[in-house]
Amino acid sequence: MSAPRTAGRTPPAPALRRKGGTWWVTPWLYLLVPLALLVTFTLLPVVDMVSYSFTDWDGISPSRDYVGFANYTDLFTRPQLFQVFWVSLFYLGASVVQIGAALYFATVLSFDTRLRNLFKGLLFFPYLINGVAVGFVFLYFFQPGGTLDTVLHWFGAGPHLWLGNPHLVNTSLAGVSVWRFMGLNMVLFIGAIQSVPPQLYEAAALDGASRWQQFRHVIAPSIRPIISLSVILAISGSLSVFEIPFIMTGGSNNSETFVIQTIKLAFDFNKTGLASAAAVVLLLIVLLVTWVQRLLFPDERVEQS
Amino acid sequence: MRRTAFAATGVVLALGLAACGGSSGGPSSETAKAPTDPSTVKGTITVLTNRTDQVQDGTLKRYAAAFNAIYPQVKVKFQGLTDYEGDVRIRLNSKNYGDVLSIPNSVPLQQYPTFFAPLGPAADLSKTYDFTDHATVGGQVYGIANIGTANGFVYNKAVWKQAGVTEWPTTPQQFIDDLKAIKARTGATPYYTNYHDGWPLTNWGNALGSPSCDPAASDKLADTKEPWAPGQDLNVVDSLLYDTVHDKLSEADPNTTNWEGSKALLGTGKVATMWLGSWAVVQMRDAAKKAGQNPDDIGFMPFPAQKDGHFCSVVRPDYQYAVNVHSGNKPAARAWLDWYINRSGDAQAALSISSVKGTALPADLKPFQDAGVRFIHLTNDRTAEVDEIDKASEIGINNQDYPQHIVDVARGAAGGDKDGVFEDLDKKWSDAQGAR
Repeated sequence: MSAPRTAGRTPPAPALRRKGGTWWVTPWLYLLVPLALLVTFTLLPVVDMVSYSFTDWDGISPSRDYVGFANYTDLFTRPQLFQVFWVSLFYLGASVVQIGAALYFATVLSFDTRLRNLFKGLLFFPYLINGVAVGFVFLYFFQPGGTLDTVLHWFGAGPHLWLGNPHLVNTSLAGVSVWRFMGLNMVLFIGAIQSVPPQLYEAAALDGASRWQQFRHVIAPSIRPIISLSVILAISGSLSVFEIPFIMTGGSNNSETFVIQTIKLAFDFNKTGLASAAAVVLLLIVLLVTWVQRLLFPDERVEQS
Repeated sequence: MRRTAFAATGVVLALGLAACGGSSGGPSSETAKAPTDPSTVKGTITVLTNRTDQVQDGTLKRYAAAFNAIYPQVKVKFQGLTDYEGDVRIRLNSKNYGDVLSIPNSVPLQQYPTFFAPLGPAADLSKTYDFTDHATVGGQVYGIANIGTANGFVYNKAVWKQAGVTEWPTTPQQFIDDLKAIKARTGATPYYTNYHDGWPLTNWGNALGSPSCDPAASDKLADTKEPWAPGQDLNVVDSLLYDTVHDKLSEADPNTTNWEGSKALLGTGKVATMWLGSWAVVQMRDAAKKAGQNPDDIGFMPFPAQKDGHFCSVVRPDYQYAVNVHSGNKPAARAWLDWYINRSGDAQAALSISSVKGTALPADLKPFQDAGVRFIHLTNDRTAEVDEIDKASEIGINNQDYPQHIVDVARGAAGGDKDGVFEDLDKKWSDAQGAR
C-alpha cells in the first residue's frame, strides 16, 4: 500500500528540450517502469480482488458466478467476524508505547550521547531481521522455561505461559511488534530532528530552556508531520496485523486478527469471494480511520525559522 | 508496525493473483493411456512433488534412472515444492502445473475432471488398486494413490511398560486411565498434541470410522444432523482429545510445540504417546536411533475402542497421483505414474501400505495383524456432499482450527465446555446442511 505510491512520485528528471519537440514525454519515460510495476502488482490485483468480492468464486474452479452484494451481506450479518478487531486494540496500545519510546530514544540520541551510533544501530537492528526469523526467535524466547522465564526467574518472578495464556498472548505478540518496529520509527524521528536548525537549540538554551522544554517547544512541533505519519501507519498497521501472530500462533488461542481470518476463509474454506469482500472492507476501514484522523488532527505547515 | 501494511498488501496480492487467467478453453478429456511399447514413448515430463527430501537426497534421480532403463526416450524432471499445497493450488489456475502431480487436498472431488486427465474406468482400475473410489468422478478414475496409511497412536513401549501398562487400552476411559498411570509413575508427558504446528492435530479428523468400525462413517455425515451427538464417532474421538487435555495429560504449553523436536521427545521417552498415522513410525524410530535409544521401543496402537471384540483402524490414501489434463505428453506421464506406483518400490521403502492390491502389509503393522485389528476403507459415495457441507459450515474437519479450538477449551484457554463446543459444531453442521 505504501511503497509503490512513493515510486509513482519519482521527481521528473530535467527534460531534454531538443528542437522544442517532445520534451513532455521524457518524464513519462522515466516513470514507465515504476508505473508498470505499480499497475501490475498493486492496482490490477486490487481491481481483481474487488471484482471477486462480487462473485462466489472458490479460488480453484475456472468458473465463477456473479452474486451481487451477497458476500457483503453475509459479512455484515455475522458480527463474530468483526470481533477479532478487539485483538487490534492490543497492537494499538503497543504502538502508543512504540512511538513514545521511539521519540524518547530519537531525542536522546540526537544530542551528544556517548556511543550514540552504536545505540542507533542496536535499536534499529531488529527492523532489519526478516519477520519469519523474528517469529521463530521469539517462539523460543517465550517457551516455558525459555529465555524470558529464565531471566525473570533471577528476579524472583514466576514463570508464565507467554503464548499459552489467552489473556497474555496478545500482549506478548504486541511486545514483539514493538521490539521489531520501534527502531524504524526512531530512525524516522532522528532524520526529522536533524533537519531542525541547530541555532534554535542554541537560542533555547540561552533562554534557559531545559531539555524537556526544548523537546516540548522546539523538537515536537518541528517533527509533527512525521509523528502524524507514524500514527497513521501505526493505526492501519494495528488493524491489519498479520506476520507475527500468523507465524507464532497461526491465529490460535484468541490471537486471530482480521487478516488471518481472511486468509482462512479464502484458503481453508474455499470462500475466495467472501474473503475478497472482507479484504475490501478492511481497506475501507483503514481509509476511513485515516480520514477521521486527518480531520481531527490536520497537518499544518511548520515554520522552522 | 509499518511492515504489516505491506503484509496486508501481500494478502491482497495473493487473493488477486490467485485467479489471473482463470477461464480457459475446454481441455480435451481423453484418457491418459499407458503406452504399449515403452521404447517408442518420447518427451520430457515434469513431476511436481512435496517430497523435497527425496529431491535433495537423490532418491528421485535414482528412480528416474531406473525408469529410463525401460523408457529410454522419456526425460523426467522433478520440481520439489516446500509449500506444496499453497503453490500448486495457485498454479492450478494456469495450465502450467507439471505433467504428473499429487492432487492437492483443497481441490474438491467434483472438480477433478477440470484439472486432471482420466486414467481409466473405475471398474477396471479398482481391481488393481485400492482407494480408487477417493478419486472417481462419473465412473472415471482421476488419481491413484501410491500408499495408504493406517491411523493409530504412535507410542513409546518402554514408557508405557514402566507405567505398568502392557495391553492396548480397549475403551477411551481406559486410555485416559493409562495416561494417568504414565503421568503418576514415569517422568514422561503422557500425550503430546503438536498444537503449534497444527497439521499433526488434523490427524484426529482421520479417526472418523474407527470407534464405530463403519466404512460408511464419512458418507453418513451428509445426512447426520448432529455428528457430535453422544455415541457418534466424532463425539467419541473429540471427547478423547478433550479429556486428555482437560485432565492435564498433555504438554504444559501447547503454543510452543515443535514437530521436529517432538520426534526426539517420543524417541527418548520424554513423551509417551501421539495420535498420528502409520507413516510416522519410521520417522520416530529414526529419531530414537539418532538419540541413542532402542528404535524397537516405538510402537503403534489402534484407537481405544472395540466393536464386537475387534479394534478398527481406518486406512486412508496418502496423496493421489494424477496427470495434468493440459499435459502434452500424456502417455509418458502415465508411464511414469504406473511405474512409480508399481515398480519403484517407494511404498515398501517407507514401510507403507502399498495401494497395489495383494501387496503384503509392512512390518510395522504386524502387531495390528496379530491382534486382529480390522483395517477398514471408508466408502466415498457422498464425499462431494460432505466436503461441501464442511466448507460451508466453516468447521473444517481436516483443518487445524477445529481440533485447536477443542484443545483451547479443554485447557481453559477459551470459554465454554465440552458440551458447548459440540452443540456449536452440531449447529454449524446442520445449518450448513439446511442451506444447501
